[in-house]
Order: sequence, then C-alpha cells, then structure tokens
Amino acid sequence: MKYAFSFLAVIALILIAWLGSQIPGMPYLFGVALPYLALMIFLGGSVYRVVQWAKSPVPFPIQTTCGQGKSLDFIKQNKLEAPSTNAEVVARMFLEIVTFRSLFRNTKSEIYDGPHITYESSKWLWVFALIFHYSFLSIVVRHMRLFLDPVPAWIGWWEFIDGIFEVGAPTWYMSDVGLVAGCLLLFGRRLITRHVRYISLMNDYFPLVLIFAVAVSGILMRFFLRTDIDIVNIKQLTVGLVSLSPTIGAQIGPIFYIHVFLVCVLLAYFPFSKLMHFAGVFLSPTRNLKNNSRAVRHENPWNPRILPHSYAGYEDEFREFMVDAGIPVEKELSPAKDE
Amino acid sequence: MAVPKLQQLSKSVVQGPSLATGAIPTRDWMDIPVVFKSGNYAYPAKKDKVEYLNKQSGLHFPNAREWSPEDEDWKLPEGWQEIILKGLKERLEKFRSLKIFMDCCVRCGACADKCHFFLGTGDPKNMPVLRAELLRSVYRNDFTLAGKILGKMAGAREMTVAVLKEWFMYSYQCTECRRCSVFCPYGIDTAEVTMMIRELLHLVGIGINWILEPASNSNRTGNHMGLQPHTFKDNVEFLVDDVENLTGVKPNISFNRKGAEILFITPSADVFAEPGLYTAMGYMILFEAIGLDYTWSTYASEGGNFGLFTNNETMKKLNAKMYAEAKRLGVKYIIGGECGHMWRVVHQYMDTMNGPADFLEIPKSPITGTVFDNAASTKMVHISEFTADLIKNSKIKLDKSRNSHVKATFHDSCNTSRAMGLLDEPRYILDHVVDWVEMPENTIREQTFCCGSGTGLNTDEIMELRMRAGLPRANAVKYVHEKHGVNMLSCVCAIDRATLTSLMNYWNPEVGVCGLSELVANAIVQEGETRGELDEGLRTML
Repeated sequence: MKYAFSFLAVIALILIAWLGSQIPGMPYLFGVALPYLALMIFLGGSVYRVVQWAKSPVPFPIQTTCGQGKSLDFIKQNKLEAPSTNAEVVARMFLEIVTFRSLFRNTKSEIYDGPHITYESSKWLWVFALIFHYSFLSIVVRHMRLFLDPVPAWIGWWEFIDGIFEVGAPTWYMSDVGLVAGCLLLFGRRLITRHVRYISLMNDYFPLVLIFAVAVSGILMRFFLRTDIDIVNIKQLTVGLVSLSPTIGAQIGPIFYIHVFLVCVLLAYFPFSKLMHFAGVFLSPTRNLKNNSRAVRHENPWNPRILPHSYAGYEDEFREFMVDAGIPVEKELSPAKDE
Repeated sequence: MAVPKLQQLSKSVVQGPSLATGAIPTRDWMDIPVVFKSGNYAYPAKKDKVEYLNKQSGLHFPNAREWSPEDEDWKLPEGWQEIILKGLKERLEKFRSLKIFMDCCVRCGACADKCHFFLGTGDPKNMPVLRAELLRSVYRNDFTLAGKILGKMAGAREMTVAVLKEWFMYSYQCTECRRCSVFCPYGIDTAEVTMMIRELLHLVGIGINWILEPASNSNRTGNHMGLQPHTFKDNVEFLVDDVENLTGVKPNISFNRKGAEILFITPSADVFAEPGLYTAMGYMILFEAIGLDYTWSTYASEGGNFGLFTNNETMKKLNAKMYAEAKRLGVKYIIGGECGHMWRVVHQYMDTMNGPADFLEIPKSPITGTVFDNAASTKMVHISEFTADLIKNSKIKLDKSRNSHVKATFHDSCNTSRAMGLLDEPRYILDHVVDWVEMPENTIREQTFCCGSGTGLNTDEIMELRMRAGLPRANAVKYVHEKHGVNMLSCVCAIDRATLTSLMNYWNPEVGVCGLSELVANAIVQEGETRGELDEGLRTML
C-alpha cells in the first residue's frame, strides 16, 4: 500500500512533466523556472534546517563511546571510537560519513531453541548503502560537466574511472548501474526484511522510487532515446542556467523534461524529509563530541540553578541520631528542650 | 506477579508471537493499542512520594494522585495535551540531540534487533526505531510541514490518551542502555528519546514508584535505600567486623570526616544487600591495604542517581550533593565506587550541571603519584582506574590463587562502556586477580547487553519482562558457563549486582554475581593478616 502509493505518485509526476512539457510555452516552466525554484527550495530549506538544528544547544556531552576511552598511560585508548581531541573526532566523523562505519558493525540476531541467540555479522545493508550513496555522488559529480564551461579536467578523470570497464557505446558508467541497483536493493530489503517492512513509511519508499525514476529517465536519455535529444541544446540550457541567462534553443525531447522535473521534485522534497540525514549526521552529538568530559568542562547555556537538599537541612533532621552514633556534626545538640 | 517457569519462557521467546523470530503483525503498529495488565507495568508512584518531590525547590512533579495504568481514566490534568506539546517544544529548543534524532532517522532498521527488550519480547514497539517513532509521530504532526500537510500518510498522528499510554508502556521497557546508538549510522540514541518521553510524562503526573521513591529517599536521607545516617554507619561497621573476622585486619573507616584526603562515594546498595556487601568489603580491604586517607559520607551516601531516570532537574539536584559534601569536608578529590549509571552521570553530566569543582584538586594517587588527567576537571576517579594504577605500580600484593574457586567472566555495564569507554581497566585488574574468560564478542565491550533491569526497572512486579530483557545477557553467560565452566559473573555496577543475581538465578542458577572489587580483595595479601583458608573468599562462612 505504502509502496504502491509511492509508485503512483512518481508516475503522476512523470505524466505531469511529459504532457506538460508538450504544451507550447511550458518548456520554459519545466526547463528554467522550476529548476531555479527547486534549487532555491533545496538550498534555502537545507540551510534553514541546519540553522534550526544549530539553534538548539548541546547541553550535555552525550558521546557514545564505542571503544576504550583515554585514561591511564598503560591503557591503550581507541582514538577513533572514543576520541578525546578534535583531530580524533574529525577522524571518527570522516570514517563514519565516508565509510559508514557504524553500519559496518551491523549484526543479525537469530533465536533458536534452547533458547540460544546468535549474532552474526551482517554487511548487506552496509554494502547496499555504499553502492547507493557512492553511485549517487558519482552521478552528481559527473553532471557538473553540464553546468561548467570549460569542463574541469578532473571531471574527465572522474568519468574515466566511473566508466573504466568500457562496456557498451556510449560507455555505461558503474554509477548508472549502481544507482539503479542500489535503489532496487534498498527497496527490496524494505519489502523482504520483516522488521524493516513493518517500520517503513511512505516517506521511506517514495524517495527510493523517485530516485529510481530519476536514474532510469537519465539512462533512457543517454542510451536509448538519445536521438531525440540535442545535447548541444541541453548544454546551452544548463550553462545558461548557471550564468543566469537561460535559453531554450531547438526543441528538446520530453524525456529530458521528465528527468529534470523529477530531479526538481527531489530537490524540493529534500529539506522536508528524512533525506536531511546527509546534513544531520554531522551534527549528531553522540558521534561528534569528544570523550573528554571529565577532563574539560562542557558548558550548558541553560543550566538551571538547582541546589541540593542542603547539608544543614539534613543535619537538622537527623542531628540526634548522628550525635548518638558518633557521626561528626556541624551544630551540637541544643541543651534539653522544654516540652 | 508470578514468573513463568523457565521451560515455559524458554519456549515462549522462541515460538511465541514475536517479530524477533518471524511473526509479522497483521495490523499497522499505530492501530495496535496497548493493554495494561498485572505484570506488564511497574506500579505508579505513590501520591506522597510525588507530593514530597514536587515540594523540593527546583523540582516539578505535578498531579500527585492515586491511579492505576489498568484504569481507563488516568486522571490527567486539565489541558494535558497542551502541557505535553509545550513540553516537547521546550525540549526541542533545549536539546539538539532531540531535534536531530527526530529528523534524521531513515528507518534503515539497523537498530531493530540490537535491543535486548526486542530480542526478549519480540514486541515490534521495542525496536529502538519504533520506540522513537512513538514520539516522532507526534513530533511530525505538530512540528513538521510534511506531517501537518500529509498527516498519517507521512507517519504523523495526534497526541491522544492512547498515545500517552503507549509512551508510558514503552519508555519503561527501555533501560537507556544505548546499545542501539552504537549501530545507528547517525548515532541516534534511544536513551535520549526515552529520557524525553519520561520527562514529558512526569509533566502530567505519570511516573513509577520504583524510581520516584528512591529519588525522594536520595533527596532526604542521602541514599536511595532511605538509610538514615546512623543506620548507614551501622551497616558499614557491620561489614568492618566481617572483614576483621575473615582477614584478621580491621579496616579503619570514618564518616563525614573533615580534612580527609578523599571522599569515597559508592551506590548505597553496596552496604545494604548481597552480593554488593562483598564489593563494599572489597573497597575497605583495598583502602586499608594501601593506607588511604578517605572518608565515607552519610549525606552523600548514594552514588546512583535516580534523577537520571526521571528528568534532568532531579538528576542535577541529587548529584549536587557530591560536590557539596566534598566542599564541606574539604577533601582533595572524590573516588567513586562501582556503578554504571552513576558513572554516566559523573562522566557526562556532573561537571556540566554542578561544576566547576574549583575547590577540589586534580586527582593524584597518594600511593603511586599518578595524576588522573582524564578527571582533571570533574575531579572524580573511578575505583577501577584507581585500582589498575595501583596494580601497575605494584603497590598491592596479589595472590591470584586465592580466587581459585572462581572462574569468572566480565559483564560490561551499559553506561561505563558506552558512555565512558571504561573497558580495559577492569580487564587489566581481572588479569591480575582471577582466572577469567570473555563472553562472545558481540555481547561485550561497546556491544554489551544490558542486565535488562536498569533505569529503575528492577522491580519485582515486572519480573517476566526483566527475565526476557535480560535473556541476551544471560544467554551469553550460559555459553561461557557451558564451554569454560564459568561460575562467576563479575561486573562494575551495583544495579547489575542486584539484577544479574535475579537473572542468573532464573537462567543460569550455577553462576554467581560479584563486583570486581570483591575479586580484588579476595586476592589481596595484607600486612598483619591472619586469614586462614577462605574457600570462598569474602563469602566464606566462618
């Protein structure tokens, strides 16, 4: 149901772009106005979200230590998993973001008769996530060629490596295959893994279907509907977009508008969705804090003034018992009170 | 509440309707209401305890009343929804962690089978991700654009009494152990979520007695057991006599002594009940052996902090006694005994809440001269750090053979491992005092499993839940018991000493539970001792 709805939504989006772009005058909307709008929503929305997060303080150092903390000289610290300096935190965050270190740890538990519980290493999610994210990154980088003139040399190198297997003509990129496969694998996992299926929301299926459609429309454009497309016209439009003087030359095929429209929807959807994890991961207090909270005081900007139940109040209540028991007191017992 | 027979429960965790073993509920989780019945909830806080706490300056515990979770009407205050939503808004503004954790979850499911409550109960709402969704769904509804527009389709739902009841059920089936946060790619920490839900529940008068009574005891008498100063002293002195009988050396102790070099604070359970008593005897033997100039305090006679399980204000208020007492007595620094959540508070909260402790000195071992730079600001040293340093510098004489009756394994407590990184100090000590083996690798160190009864859940009325939640830990112990003949589960946590004892009695009756300092003291060779053969160390009956 939730995933079916995601498909329907994406199909509707495709139809809107397909039919819409065929109406005279509308290519300007789909090729120029919406991309600008979507980019503004993406940038503005992302910045807004990050600022909103950053506005809330981190009152307590709640780092999760995943290894030995810094203590005595002869106890070896795990600098990556329980960092105590800024450099160590940077290293921890770098590996988290670049290699998905926490996912690498993943295990799968099984309960057998006995009962007997086992925990086996399970790297599938880690592998799927790597395929998906790195393909996504590579495709974004390769697309920079469309917006830059002249094209920087390093983008050429990047493309060379991405297409190093030189399969097909034009060459298939690993990232093209990777993104489609990544979407399918992550989607399939959501359907098949019982507990993931149970927790999945439409918010989880929709972006996968959308990105899948973006990838497929891009692949169709590059490999199968290529004759329809005037690459020169597209480059002219995209470079024009960057230089704020967009022009749409000769007619461009509808598949281009479908592709661009889906990307626009993705960009506009980003800041309002879980996709913001790309920024949130940097701010996660359990990962980005130093485990030096006993060595250096962490400040809480809203630390409330709360005093303990005072010693004086405590002694007043228990003075007699304390004196009887020989526990030192601040104030001696007053001489026998009159009843 | 009767606990099911071992065989029955053993079968049930494998074959019962459990998402952990394959049964997929047919209804969406939002459509499954919680049902409270005897045995699946901890008793609500007594009216007079809530009233007492509400009267303390800086604390807010409104709506004291008699009520039961089984009642339809929970006697919530007028406008309770606004109170909750306003409370949530305030907390979103005060805690970045909450905002990030509400926004960033992608429901990848990496956390799902990492939770001991989920493994033991198979209840989908005990998957950390779903536990967070209980709150996140309300957050979406009232604080996010997508939720406001799309409503249920975007996973949003209104704050209703049914939701509130669900919060109560599942925020008290989480021990804030943080195992899920180790596996989460964004470090989402369910402990933060559970803490926030519990804080919100207290705003409308929902709390459990096993937490609020100890919290009020800690406030009034200095310790959660409610031991008054003379009783506390009696208890400790009783242990002094035991030590003297066993070893021939009488430990020198003092209470509330001004001018002592060090203030020693440990969970009060250590002077109250077995097997913690032997740990307390262990501390005394160790300190006597090295001639430490230290004092106990009756005012700050609790290391544990039940405030951590309620709200940050109560945590601060209870914790503040440590520094207040250290200042009043004029000690140089504080040594803390074996306790898990106490050390979470000390390591991650104390200095921030109640520091700076500029009236104390940077801790320096008077015996070895080692300066504990890692505690330079907080000025509080963990007993295992202190002991490991003594061993490293050969300042105590140890005879490992005195522990020959023990084949130990070591349970990392959740808080010291995942909120502190205290992993190898205890292991270094174990290496020197006893023959021991590790449990399987996915159940130790940062991946350690909770005892199943932390954060104030070690109350008898939910024993079945506790035995289920403790199963992953018990199962790992069973493995080393069968494979290596382990007969002792050592730990550095007072809650563990109490709860693991129940857990072992149920799942592995041949395995005992002890504090690390008990094993240290068993092995210590003291000057002037006249101890005979102690077949069971400090536990030997004379």
